[in-house]
Amino acid sequence: MSALLERDPRRLFAAVLNLLEAKGLLSEADLAERIALTDAATPGQGARMVARAWVDPTYRALMLADGTRAAEALGIPMRGAPPLGVLENGPGLHHLVVCTLCSCYPRAVLGYPPFWFKSAAYRARAVRDPRGLIAEWGTVLPAGTEIVVVDSTADYRWMVLPLRPAGSEGLDEAALTGLVREGDMIGVTVPAFGR
Amino acid sequence: MTPLAPGARVRVRDDWPETRGPVHIRTPHYVRGREGVVVRHLGDFPNPEDLAFAREAAILPLYHVRFAPRRIWPSGVSADGLLVELFGPWLEAQR
Repeated sequence: MSALLERDPRRLFAAVLNLLEAKGLLSEADLAERIALTDAATPGQGARMVARAWVDPTYRALMLADGTRAAEALGIPMRGAPPLGVLENGPGLHHLVVCTLCSCYPRAVLGYPPFWFKSAAYRARAVRDPRGLIAEWGTVLPAGTEIVVVDSTADYRWMVLPLRPAGSEGLDEAALTGLVREGDMIGVTVPAFGR
Repeated sequence: MTPLAPGARVRVRDDWPETRGPVHIRTPHYVRGREGVVVRHLGDFPNPEDLAFAREAAILPLYHVRFAPRRIWPSGVSADGLLVELFGPWLEAQR
């Protein structure tokens, strides 16, 4: 194995790709498609889902029942992605997503995880002291808010549907999309209007 | 194995297969031997403990189980609930 890793990576990549093509497992076109899908997956996709759920109760119900179908309904490609679950925050209820075992993350709708999501410190602290942890993002929840931590341990990927911020009543869907940040859909922050 | 219904009280098996050889386990250490409540059946998925070793994998029920963090750790806890995805064979029904 170590001898293999010492080879020129471009030649190694070409050799593996040739083998996969020869076996009919993967083509250049499949690879290009997968790269395009990966590049298109950003927190902006999840933000579109959140904003739609804030303005459309039917969509919100779909999103909570089946995150994968809700993503697809907005044209977000979910083929080959693990099933997506959505956790709804409410008045007095907050969710925080972590993967204590590794770095499971809803990449199809949020893109690459931020570096700290994979850190041992985040993973260890999130399950035990989420309140102290999110305070480091400046997130202070109203007194009495219950925090439920979601440890993403198996086949699902989880995102948070945050509460629509006070003062945003006059905003349209596009403007609402712009309020939603990556951390709001993990639960380390909450969306705010006029910050 | 009878499927577990939402609300069912369960105990995670206090089992440590990693002490017996190479394994791939998706059940976190901190819930082993702990009691929780089934929130819902998430679906059925091939057992990752076999998939990781390219063995034939049985399709297992996957549950969302809720635990009380203050019953897991003695101090320094600010979480009110903890939701974990766990496969059926790890769960023992409690009365």
